[in-house]
Amino acid sequence: MSAPALIRGYEVVIGLETHAQLSTASKIFSGASTAFGAAPNTQACAVDLALPGTLPVMNRGAVERAICFGLAVGAKVAPLSIFARKNYFYPDLPKGYQISQYETPVVQGGSVDFLLGGTGKTVHLTRAHLEEDAGKSLHHDYHGQTGIDLNRAGTPLLEIVTEPDMRSSAEAVEYAKALHTLVVWLGICDGNMQEGSFRCDANVSVRRPGQPFGTRREIKNLNSFKFMQQAIDFEVQWQIDRLEDGLKVEQATVLFDPDSGETRAMRSKEDAHDYRYFPDPDLPPLVIAPEWIERVRAGLPELPGAMAARFARDDGLPAYDAAAMTQSLAFARYYEAARDACGRPKPVANWLMGEIAKRLNAAESTIDACPVAPSTLARLVTRIDDGTLSNNGARQVFESLWSERRDDVDALIEVKGLKQMDDAGALEAIVEQVIAANARSVGEYRAGKDKAFNALVGQVMKASQGKANPAQASDLLKRRLG
Amino acid sequence: MSGALHELGVAALSRALAAREVSSVEVTNHLLARINAEQLGAFLHVGSEAALAQARAIDARRAAGETLGPLAGVPIAHKDIFVTAGMPSTAGSKMLAGYASPFDATVVARLAAAGAVSLGKLNCDEFAMGSANENSAYGPVRNPWDPSRVPGGSSGGSAAAVAARLLPAATGTDTGGSIRQPASFSGITGIKPTYGVCSRYGMVAFASSLDQAGPLARSAEDCALMLSAMSGFDARDATSAERAPQDFHAQMLQTREGATASRPLAGLRIGVPREFFPAALAVDVNAALRAALAVLEGLGATLVDVSLPRTELSIPVYYIIAPAEASSNLSRFDGVKFGHRTAQFADLAEMYAKTRAEGFGTEVKRRIMIGTYVLSHGYYDAYYLQAQKLRRMIADDFQQCFASCDLIAGPVAPSVAWKLGAQDDDPVAAYLADIFTLPASLAGLPGMSLPAGFGEGGMPVGLQLIGNYFSEGAMLHAAHVFQQATDFHTRCPAGAQ
Repeated sequence: MSAPALIRGYEVVIGLETHAQLSTASKIFSGASTAFGAAPNTQACAVDLALPGTLPVMNRGAVERAICFGLAVGAKVAPLSIFARKNYFYPDLPKGYQISQYETPVVQGGSVDFLLGGTGKTVHLTRAHLEEDAGKSLHHDYHGQTGIDLNRAGTPLLEIVTEPDMRSSAEAVEYAKALHTLVVWLGICDGNMQEGSFRCDANVSVRRPGQPFGTRREIKNLNSFKFMQQAIDFEVQWQIDRLEDGLKVEQATVLFDPDSGETRAMRSKEDAHDYRYFPDPDLPPLVIAPEWIERVRAGLPELPGAMAARFARDDGLPAYDAAAMTQSLAFARYYEAARDACGRPKPVANWLMGEIAKRLNAAESTIDACPVAPSTLARLVTRIDDGTLSNNGARQVFESLWSERRDDVDALIEVKGLKQMDDAGALEAIVEQVIAANARSVGEYRAGKDKAFNALVGQVMKASQGKANPAQASDLLKRRLG
Repeated sequence: MSGALHELGVAALSRALAAREVSSVEVTNHLLARINAEQLGAFLHVGSEAALAQARAIDARRAAGETLGPLAGVPIAHKDIFVTAGMPSTAGSKMLAGYASPFDATVVARLAAAGAVSLGKLNCDEFAMGSANENSAYGPVRNPWDPSRVPGGSSGGSAAAVAARLLPAATGTDTGGSIRQPASFSGITGIKPTYGVCSRYGMVAFASSLDQAGPLARSAEDCALMLSAMSGFDARDATSAERAPQDFHAQMLQTREGATASRPLAGLRIGVPREFFPAALAVDVNAALRAALAVLEGLGATLVDVSLPRTELSIPVYYIIAPAEASSNLSRFDGVKFGHRTAQFADLAEMYAKTRAEGFGTEVKRRIMIGTYVLSHGYYDAYYLQAQKLRRMIADDFQQCFASCDLIAGPVAPSVAWKLGAQDDDPVAAYLADIFTLPASLAGLPGMSLPAGFGEGGMPVGLQLIGNYFSEGAMLHAAHVFQQATDFHTRCPAGAQ
């Protein structure tokens, strides 16, 4: 691996903590629903409100999802882990403590692999632990008072913590994207970043190469990859400025303001909480029997890395293409369906990475919303392959498939008159005409000017109104001109 | 038979109700009249109408020929640490003045399902913190044997009400002795079952790893009937023991193998820990206990000398672990969602500070401070972690004992009930008096207190029995046999006849 790029002579060191909201129907310690967007406090039961006498009971579905994640990242799934109370006062924290895991988390170690500019990278995980989310403070519309919405209180989270392995904002973003892909792929998180289902805290420090780690500042609550990149880039420059000015970086928690593009300190180390962690006496240790782990393992889907390797091996896709085809499970399923229907992996991949990705990005949409079915794309690829359509014609057909929500490829080719000429006699006649009418080009070609040949092919295409197969036309011309 | 209605315990009343010698409405009315006249401060809330409605419903079902369980129509009341849907639930605290729970505690719901008629809520130390019932925001409870004395705590209202014949039985909770010690001070019988036998759902939490519900009544038999209805696995409490429902009454009646009519406890080995009879044990308590042990011996039991070497250490261990858990459990009382909120505040920090300063009493604040301290960064290892290690060793000591005995016997408290206000200026003295009840609490073992004689000032003295895990049946059997041979449990305070 090449040495990391330095910024103004400094090496950047990043570790990420990601909160992935687990996709259970009910909360981690109560039976209330986890659905997003309900009217405030309509999805908070007595346990979520921390009413006197209530007790937490572990949701096995949340544990199952943690096991699933642990297996997917090659981590140790702890046979026994402990829930602890993290004590602090805040109005949206109903019990006055958050139930989390502290000394003994459920997932220990593991790693995430991804590509960064064509190079393979591995980020090691320290741990992943189960915890409950807090509620929300609503600072608007309450006439100077603060409203509290406890719908989110008790929502299950898996907090995934990395080692300080990343060396650039780009690497942090690619790791976060790979992690996002993975948790959505596994079906343990819906990955909706706008609703807060997947949010990251970035621990950032800088150092001179070879020196010990610098003091880190933690950027809280990054809920888009773009903000993550911007926030880290700003933070890195800010820290280097400090050091270059002969000042120290103080440990702090900072927030990123997307409007100004700046990070600003929220609290310093001095006013850090003493959370008084201790094992939660309401919850016995979480015991995970080997049989449970094996049951989850048996239900694991093929993971993106393994699938990409399979696409490279069996379909002959380049590594970049294979990674692109596994950007999400839905994308991979689309690719496989289209590939199976036409048997042409690379053209399918090209369409997915090209035209389809371009249009989905423009619409800020995902493959699930693609108006062109895999079988339809396969038919299009087949029609290019069998010479019916030129690439140009195919693009025209695709436009109709997409915009007009059509699925009848052959009918479109017919209606638009895009069928390439497959009548050899007719094409030969056109070739004869073109040779006769372009004596000068013919002469130049025979004198060794390749450019003149292209002009002749162009004339054949023009004379055929674009319906000639350019490869066929070129073959005929070559044969005829000797 | 109305004149003697309040004399009937659970079993006797149950038989009278089943034989239709008395109706539930009659006994409910009779006890409500006594309760409304009581001067002990035992009740915080009396729910006359709801109680009579329940009593009428039971009477109607019985009249319709339905076969009902032993508690059907029997009036009881609940320590105000249990939340109840139909009555206020205060936990003895100003913090929860007027608090209306939307649900019943599991123990409350189970007793209601068994047909017990709930007459109201009983006074207790604030959040169950105390051993004299002097820490209630709603005033102290007085001991029916001597109103100038405390009834014990924290289930002081429960103990006083049962002793004063206001109720045949009541619920209580025991974290470090809060059922056993007031039972002892008030001359009644109380049992704290093995941790996990009764659901904690709906008990306002004090120290989650120690809190356990149990009954206070006049006899082991009455306790057995109550406990059978109160106990059982509850999916809403993750620390609840997953086991089949138990018939403690049947277990209590089970004759021991090798027992004879004159020696019903033959073969029973009773361990007497030498640490439970220190020089500081009051002379009157010591004398009553020795006599009680002799009775047990006379009934066929063998007394075995055993040792619980960490008995004294159980005090600091308990007073680290219980406040630590309490400091966290009581964080929810912050003025945001329910309970007391201070009237005026400038910002959030002041809202918290004033709300909690106003809402909590002195002892609760003291324990929150202790608990916060022992969990703080830099102190956790020295206090909390160390206490947890010792707790484990204390539990192991019991298992050593149970290798050579079946039950452990000793005093409940070092003295009889003291005078109100006697320990106002010395909280540590009160902590020290918990020495004999704390070990079983820390180990999670079942323990009970039964009347075993009288001491200074004619005050009752309790005998404590401690059993191994889930051995409530055998413990109740020994207690029942003892009560068949003695009449301490039938004695009634002068004012309560």
